[in-house]
Order: sequence, then structure tokens, then C-alpha cells
Amino acid sequence: MTQFKLNGRDVSVESEDDTPLLWVVRDELGLIGSKFGCGAAQCGACTMYLDGQPIRSCVTAVSDVSGKEITTIEGLSGKVADAVRDAWVKLDVVQCGYCQSGQIMAAAALLSDNPKPTDDDIDGAMTGNICRCNTYQRIRAAIHVASDTLKA
Amino acid sequence: MHGRMDLSQFKTQAVAEAPALSEALALDRRNFVRLALGTGAGLVIGGWAPAGAARAEAVAKAATADGVFTPYVTITPDNVVTVIVKHQDKGQGIATGLSTLVAEELDADWAQVKPEFAPANVELYKNFFFGVQGTGGSTAIANSYEQYRKAGAAARAMIVEAAAKRWGVDAATVMVAKGVVTSGAHTATLGELAKEAAAVPVPAEPKLKAPENFVYIGKSFPRVDSVAKTSGARIYTQDVQLPGMLVATLARSPRFGGTVKSVDDKAARAVKGVVDVVTLPKGVAVLATSTYAAIRARDLLQITWDDSNAETRGTDAIIAEYKALADKPGLVARKGDDVAGALAKSDKVIEAEYVFPFLAHAPMEPMNCVLQFKDGQATLWTGSQLQTVDQAVTGAIFGIKPENVIINTLWAGGSFGRRGVYDSDYIAETAQIVKTSGRSEPIKLVWTREDDIKGGYYRPLYVHKVRVGLDKDGAILGWHHRIVGQSIATGTPFESAIVKDGIDGTSVEGVADTPYEIPNMHVELHNTKVGAPPLWWRSVGHTHTAYVMETMIDEIAALAKKDPVEFRLSLLAKHPRHRAVLQLAADKAGWGTPPAEGVFRGVAVHESFKSFVAEVAELRMVDSKPKVERVVAAVDCGIAVNPDNIRAQVEGGVGYGLGAILHSKVTLKDGVVDQGNFDGYEVLRFNEMPKVEVHLVASDAAPTGIGEPGVPPIGPAVANAIAAGTGHRVRILPFADGLKLG
Repeated sequence: MTQFKLNGRDVSVESEDDTPLLWVVRDELGLIGSKFGCGAAQCGACTMYLDGQPIRSCVTAVSDVSGKEITTIEGLSGKVADAVRDAWVKLDVVQCGYCQSGQIMAAAALLSDNPKPTDDDIDGAMTGNICRCNTYQRIRAAIHVASDTLKA
Repeated sequence: MHGRMDLSQFKTQAVAEAPALSEALALDRRNFVRLALGTGAGLVIGGWAPAGAARAEAVAKAATADGVFTPYVTITPDNVVTVIVKHQDKGQGIATGLSTLVAEELDADWAQVKPEFAPANVELYKNFFFGVQGTGGSTAIANSYEQYRKAGAAARAMIVEAAAKRWGVDAATVMVAKGVVTSGAHTATLGELAKEAAAVPVPAEPKLKAPENFVYIGKSFPRVDSVAKTSGARIYTQDVQLPGMLVATLARSPRFGGTVKSVDDKAARAVKGVVDVVTLPKGVAVLATSTYAAIRARDLLQITWDDSNAETRGTDAIIAEYKALADKPGLVARKGDDVAGALAKSDKVIEAEYVFPFLAHAPMEPMNCVLQFKDGQATLWTGSQLQTVDQAVTGAIFGIKPENVIINTLWAGGSFGRRGVYDSDYIAETAQIVKTSGRSEPIKLVWTREDDIKGGYYRPLYVHKVRVGLDKDGAILGWHHRIVGQSIATGTPFESAIVKDGIDGTSVEGVADTPYEIPNMHVELHNTKVGAPPLWWRSVGHTHTAYVMETMIDEIAALAKKDPVEFRLSLLAKHPRHRAVLQLAADKAGWGTPPAEGVFRGVAVHESFKSFVAEVAELRMVDSKPKVERVVAAVDCGIAVNPDNIRAQVEGGVGYGLGAILHSKVTLKDGVVDQGNFDGYEVLRFNEMPKVEVHLVASDAAPTGIGEPGVPPIGPAVANAIAAGTGHRVRILPFADGLKLG
């Protein structure tokens, strides 16, 4: 049994220790916003936060998050999250949308650390997140818009 | 009664029996060929809603329910306008597009419009180009532009009549704007009038707005799915959870066409959560109570495969065979008057051989399907792209009528062609697992990324061999062109619609019908057989034909020391729409001005799916590799229903095509796929995305496709920029293989 905090709530699960956090959260805890895209830390669709830092939940064993705080897209909130989501909607970033939970988690993490990222900073933070619709240009623009909102 | 499909022909049969399916799916060849080859005039849609039984049923339903108007639009007393979307939305934005069309003619407020995917019903929801319900070939807006506007206009007329009756006023005095109905001092919402309007007969020929009165079409209509797709709330097939549902994975043969000889499933069955292991001809399925148990247990299966009918060649051997075929006469796709004579008398003959790899679509959501079979009825939850085919295939497996296959079409996490499969492969697998297991619980088949990359249904591998004869001034005297590769449509239900005299239209589109004025142009095709199943991949044949045509034309221009834009224009005298996009892209890119130090430009123009796109790419060579910095695109897709979405589709198309030409390939060794995930099958990453500008040509022509046409020009535009900078012409793709400098 593993216990951890999920989006601020205590949870305990019976999954075997090596079960990836992604499947525990999706299948056992029923939060489906974090996506399965590769299962190999290649695409970023499964991005969650572990104690506030982005992780690839598809390769993180549930036992490794014992006693820690996990945040998913469903629990992403606050000033930065609002600015990011508003910018995403304003610019109509999404297409199929399947990767966007991960993109938003990565973008919000970037802006939390660095409220005024340069294009190079954005490349560095986002290059691990694949979008097959190739919405990258709008993601970049939306990160800048969110950054402007946060500064204002 | 089911249009061009004779559903009665379906009997219980294996899915592999494609010919039977082919006969049953008698598609409208005329329209389909026009679509595939992009050669037709506009589409004329007859009635916007079908006459007969289905219509009568819908109208009868209207009389008993609050505000059900038509099979396409519902207005309910809660003031929600529901648009019944007959196409699949895999990100291309058709749910927004159809909502726009309805809102426009209904004069609804955009915030009250909600899309809902249509059930599978070929009579009500067929794609007029296909004769079956389905999405593809960049047809959705072209197909629905009139139909969904009429649906909106019909609803408006009914609302107006209901308002006039309620208020005792002349209908001519009733106005509708942003969802509010008024006449003098009277006012009501659409929802408040819904019930009374539902009693009004549906007008057969509702009057449409004049384009100058459009408030949404051609302007901004925000995506209907942005909010749900940024909160994590949007449900895709992968997210479906039903009571008692089991999750399945399927171990498939490492070699295409391999079958199961024997299996030892002891270790797999011992995994906690595993409920069953079932053996199908093509593989072994694990059924479990959780996704991870199904994935982990599959790895523990010990399977011996029978490879006696499997593909065992490697891609090196396949390419060698294709190159040998390229030196032999093939089927004639376009007859040149005297190409041999023209080449013989040429001052110079350029000979070029191109190799294009297998490509996986790799949508972010790997294939998946939920299926339950109970009480003689199959119910599916999946991002279905060809509902009528999926119904037919599923019905055949269970031995039930296609209409007893209920499809809940879900939002798809990408497709790029992968979800619209002639044999419904991932759906058929699910059905076979359900049938073989004999279970009545819903079962969700999950493909992993490795399944996706290794699973076939690729853009086929192609070899082109081109010989072009030039006179002493560099003018073209003759053009001999051979294409070698798999036919996508042969042996599928689409064969009769796409293949004529052995020529698959999608194998030669973009070459055989080139707009360039080329004398003595002769095109031949060799159809090949490979175990890896082929499939349409975003822009289909144009993925390779545009590359060859546009890099060859560029090389010919360079040899003649002509400007690449001017040279193209000189060969496009009779093609004003090609000329217009080419000139617009060149103007906006500053073609006439020298690029910055170290920056090289290349251009390409191509028509696909009846739309015209020119792209100018600007790049630098960094460590002998291209870094594409900027792409300027010009687009003519007729009337722009949603200009911002058109820009989004072209931005995405540029990225999709660019990733493929730079990095992507599926290779086989002894028949086994080498790549498995995004580390081996590389796609475009964030830091490689150029700045893309999209400019639209104003047009009053009927709207045409935009999901795909942004893709074909990017490869050749980049290749031509590389040639401009380095003199090197890349003819082996991806560039990772074909561009070796320094």
C-alpha cells in the first residue's frame, strides 16, 4: 500500500510498488486528465508535479511518491495556472488536445520558476513535450501572453 | 435504402475478406476520384436532409420532444443549441466549423452552441464524397458547407415562425441576432421559443444568408473545445471507464502477416489483475482489470510465431527491389506523346532517383477502442473516423447487421489518417477479442506507443525515378517519371472508387495531374506487395509526389539560371490559383530581397484536396544540418469559414511535414520494425518549430480542404533552400539519412 497526497487530498492505493504513477492515478484514482502517450518518458503527455516539480508519471513507480505531494492537471490552480489556461483559450492553442494537459503542466512549471522566459528558456522547458498536431508555435505565443498577464 | 451501400451483403465473415467488404461498400466512384485526384469541379449537394424514412422519423421525433428540430440541430428550452456533428474531430476543428455554419444561419450566440457527435447512421450522416459516414481527404467543410448552413437556416425559419405566431406579428418583422429574437417590443431567447418552433414544419429549402451578411463565417469563431482541452476534462477513448470494464492488450507478430503457432501464458496469467488470455489468429490478447496489468502481463507471454506467410524482407532489400523496378516499364498513368524522342534529342538529361521511407502517423493518442457485445448488439466507444466501415466490419465479426453496431464517436487524440482504416484494424481486433473471450463486459483494447510504431498502416515506402530532357536553354522537352510503391486502396473497400486499370489515384496524384505545362510528360507506376499494410497519411500521395515535382522543378530552374518563382510562374500560365498563392507567399516572404547573411530560401507550391498552398522556407545550416527558422505560407482554400483555424491547420501541417522530412522513418530488418517509440521514431520537437506565417487569398469559391494541404509544400521548400545554400539536392528521406554534408 502506498500513501501520498493527490491534489491536496490524502490517498492510499493498493497497487504494486512498481506500478507507474500514471496508471495508478488514471485507473485506480479515476483522474484521467494526465495522458498516456509513450510510457517511456519520451513525450510528456503524462506530466504531473512531484512536490511541485514536473515528472514523467509514466516511468515513476508509485512507491517512489510515498508520502509526497502529487499534482495533476485537475489540481493545477492558482495565478500562474489561470494565466496559462486563459492564454491557451485566448490563442486557441489546442487542436486534438491530447498532449495539452502535459504542455500546460510544463508551461505552468516554467512560468512559476521563471515568470519572464525567453524563447530559449521556453525551448529548454518544452522540448520534452511532443505535440503531433504541432501546436508549438501557439504554445510559445501563449506562454509569452501568460507571462505578460503575470507581470501586469 | 442505404444509399450506395448494400448492407445486406454482409454475412458473418473474417475481416480479412476484403473483397466482400469491397463489394458491399460500393462508393460513389465519380466523387471519390474527383476528391482523390483533386480534378473535379465543385460538389453539388442535393437535399440538405435526406427524404424518406429517416427524415420522417426525425420529424416524428420533433413532434414528441422539446425542441428537436432536425437530425443536425437541436434547440432546447435551456437555450442550448446542439449541433450534431457528423464528422470526426481529431483536432482539425470540424466541431467548431460545423458549429460556425449553424450559428451563422441561425443567428445564435456562439456561447450557446454546443457540438455533439452524430451516431452512426449512413443515411443521415453520410459524407457526400464517400457515400459512407466518414471523415478524411480534407472533405469535411467542403462537404458540409451548404448542408449545415441549411440546417441552421431551417431552424431559424422555424423559430421566426413560432415567434410570429406567439406574438401575433408578421414574420417579416421578426429579427434574430446573437440568439435573441425580437419584434418591436417583443423579445425572447431561442430556447424560450424552442418548444413552439419544434411544432413548425421543417422547411425543405431554407433561405441562406448572402455572404456580405455573415457575422461568423470568415471572422473569428472561437474553438468549441479549448476550455475542456485545457482543464483535463476532455474524454478520449483512452479515458473511457465503464462498470466492469476490462482492459486488453494484444501481442502481435513481430513480422507482418505472422500468426500464432503456440503460446505459453502461465506467467502472464499469474500477474495480479489478469482475468483471461485469449488467442486470436493474429495474436494473443491479455484481459485485465487495469491497464498496467494488461501491459505488463503481455510482456510475459511466450509466443511462438508462424512466419510462413510473414514479411521477412528488410527495407534495404525492398528499396533495392523498387530501384530495379524503376528501371522497367510499368503501368501507364499518363501517356507522353513522344517522351523517348524528346529525351533523345535533349541537350541535357537530368536523372534523379528518390527514396521515401515508411512513415507511422503516431498520433498522440495511440489506437484504442472500447466495445461491448450484449443481447445481439455491439456498442463501441472510440474515435471512429469511418463509422459505416467500422459498423460493417464489427457487424461481420459478430454476425449481426451493421445497424446493430452502435458507435459512440469520441474526440480523437489525433489521427492524421490512422483512425480511418479500410479494415477498421484496431476496432476489428477489439471485436475479435470480445467475441473470442465470449465476455459481455465492455473491453477496452489499448495500443502502446510501441504497438503504434511497429503496427503498420504506414505511409508506404516509395521510389521515384525521373528523367527530364532539357534543350540548350534549359527548357523542358520531355519528362519520364516512374513511381514504385504499394497501392493504398487495392484490396480494400475503396478499391473500386480509387483504383482504375491498376492505377491507384493516390499513388500518382500530384505527378500525373501536375499543373505545370510540361511537354511529353509520361508517368508510369509499379504496384508492389509488402507485408506492412499501407494507409493514407496526412496528404496521402502528395507526401511524396509534391516533394519530387517541386524539387525537380527547382533544380531545372537552377540549371537554367532562372528565378525559382519566375520559372514556376512561366509554367503555370493556365493556373491562376497556383500563381496567386505563389506570388503572395513570395511577396510576404520578401522573395525579391536578399535574405540575411547565412539564411537560405526555398519555395514550393502544390495543390491538394482542391486547395492551393505555396510555402517559402528560410533556414540556416547549423553543424551541416538545416535549422528552419521561418515559413511563409499562402493559402487558397476557397471561402475561409474560420481563418484562424485555417492558419492553425497550416501551422500544424508545416510542423507535421517538417518533422517527417527531417527525422521520421520506419525501417525493417528481416521483416521486424527497428523503431518502437519516439526515441527511434523521431518527430518534430518544440525547439525545431519554425515561425510560421499564414496568409490567405481572399476567395468566393466554394470552400475546400485545409487539414492536409499545408503538408506537401514544406518538404520541397526546405530541400530547395538547402540546395540554394549548399548545392546539395536531397533525394533520400529523411534528411537524417539523405543529407550528409561535411
